[in-house]
Amino acid sequence: MELLIFYGLGLLALFAAAAMIMVRQPVTSALLLILNMFCLSGLYAMLGAHLIAILQLLVYAGAIMVLVLFVIMLLNLREKKGIVSKHQIALQTAGVAVFGVFMAVIAARLHTSQLPNPKAVTASFGTVGAVGRVLFTDYILPFEIASILLLAAIVGAVILAKSKV
Amino acid sequence: MPIVTPFIDLTAVAPEIVLSVFACLLLFASVCMKNHGAAANTWLAITGVIVAGWYAFCPVTAHSAFTGMYEADKFAQIFKIIILLGTGLTILISSKYSEDEKINHGEYYALLLFATVGMLLMVASSDMITLFLGLELLSICLYVLAGYTRTRAESNEAALKYFLLGGFAAGFLLYGMAMIYGSTGHTDLAGIGKAVSHGAFNKMYLTVGAIMLLVGLGFKLAAVPFHQWTPDVYQGSPIPITAFMSAGPKAAVLAALIRVYEGSVSYMHVDWLAWLGVLAVMTMTVGNVAALVQNDVKRMLAFSSISHAGYAMVGLAAANKQGIASVIIYMLVYTLMNIAAFGVLALVARKNEQRTKMQDFAGFAYSNPFLAIAMTILAFSLAGIPPMAGFMAKFYVFMSAMQAGLYWLVVAAVINSAIGIYYYLRFTVSMYMREPEEKLPPVTASPALLIAIVVSLIGVLVIGVVPADYLDMAGRAILSF
Repeated sequence: MELLIFYGLGLLALFAAAAMIMVRQPVTSALLLILNMFCLSGLYAMLGAHLIAILQLLVYAGAIMVLVLFVIMLLNLREKKGIVSKHQIALQTAGVAVFGVFMAVIAARLHTSQLPNPKAVTASFGTVGAVGRVLFTDYILPFEIASILLLAAIVGAVILAKSKV
Repeated sequence: MPIVTPFIDLTAVAPEIVLSVFACLLLFASVCMKNHGAAANTWLAITGVIVAGWYAFCPVTAHSAFTGMYEADKFAQIFKIIILLGTGLTILISSKYSEDEKINHGEYYALLLFATVGMLLMVASSDMITLFLGLELLSICLYVLAGYTRTRAESNEAALKYFLLGGFAAGFLLYGMAMIYGSTGHTDLAGIGKAVSHGAFNKMYLTVGAIMLLVGLGFKLAAVPFHQWTPDVYQGSPIPITAFMSAGPKAAVLAALIRVYEGSVSYMHVDWLAWLGVLAVMTMTVGNVAALVQNDVKRMLAFSSISHAGYAMVGLAAANKQGIASVIIYMLVYTLMNIAAFGVLALVARKNEQRTKMQDFAGFAYSNPFLAIAMTILAFSLAGIPPMAGFMAKFYVFMSAMQAGLYWLVVAAVINSAIGIYYYLRFTVSMYMREPEEKLPPVTASPALLIAIVVSLIGVLVIGVVPADYLDMAGRAILSF
């Protein structure tokens, strides 16, 4: 049963990701991205990472996607005719195919090999308390770096997007 | 449940804290002073780098901090000093350029300082999580800085290309890290090393992970075949940013490569070093051959910076103590000579970077004798001609490869340096022996640029003539590692 849900969510996530970059309509594309995020959140929940699953829904599927849809509507994008030549499409398909075969070979090899000592997760794994505890003790340095990273990203976004600095 | 807070060792991360505080100060200052404080920004940023450098210079006793995420040892210390030197020189050569291009905002310098924080974290991180965050902090700042001159189309192109390809490479890096974690059950390098040496790991996952990690780091190092983005990004970015990208980030990535591949992963019986050697040969050759045919000096320096990364990787492939020490010396010397050379180029290029061609240097020796001599010394050093430091740096790298018995690598490296001499000389000849096509008023260097050039010249000559002390210093740095 668990395996069935996993494969279902996984395939749906893959389908949504592939369809997202293939459709022409920006709004459809954004909605497919939401579907993808939703499936990923389901996968996180299955792995026992409940907090991450909820955050994925709230932050990505909720807040960020609303923003993306707003931008698409404000920019009033129209459907564009393809400007890529057949030759280019053939090349790109070949490139993706080669890469796909390569990844499939690696995946097949990985599938048959055993991991040394998988550990079972504890009961409190992935809960708000457990994540918060390690975030403010063991992972305090990465936590602080992430805050600097976000500050730099905000400053950068303002610099690049503001009409007159 | 009581929470036991771990000991937070603030002195270990003092340079990073100082730089972050100064970056925030710059952001505040640019709000408060509007357009009046443009010149003050440069000096505020320089002060930040000097204070951080002072903390970085403080003697360290090797220890790990933040529950094993951060390694405060001499190895990190010397790389921090090299990186801070690179940032300081970049700020100095930026002062006039940013005024001319009207980009002398506090944000420009703040992003430079944030990028430096990222690099400092990279060289000291002993955990893949800190390493990744440091690299991302550096990358995000560089994406923005590459596109900072927003009115130039090339600059926009550079930022977009760098961002898209950089995001792709970061995916590889992160996936590789996930694989390594899956294989060994550890994210800290010490734990990975222990798991690998005890045989408690999955070989297939670790191999795939280590290869993906190499792709991600190789991208940032601009090692061939992951260099495709380099020429366009280096050419499109503002000149001081190109200088910045070509020195500090490479040193930071090399430090990370040394920590991962000569430390943790080296216990597994795959010959990483031979692969690094092959990458080094490809990187040197492609960089040099492409630089040979360039008529644009900025693009030539971009390709030559690819080849210099290749030389440094020779020391990495040698993998003995001397090899690592020679990488440190190489990055120190390269930082000194390359950023100053870009500084002179920024001056010759004039407004909007219109004059970066070979012929724009024609007659430069007559209009600006001092700068021409400085540029000649720097070009000779980059080419590796004695008694300049560039020669000693190359000499130590090649020596270490000889000791490791990698003769094929040494032969390839020597042939490549011979090619390098040609294009560096070609450009020097243009300065002295050609008539300029049109008469232009001579350029004047700002005091900040002169300071940068003089510092570099002193460094290049002193390390070139009496290298023993610096080699000693590098040798001591790797003992604690």
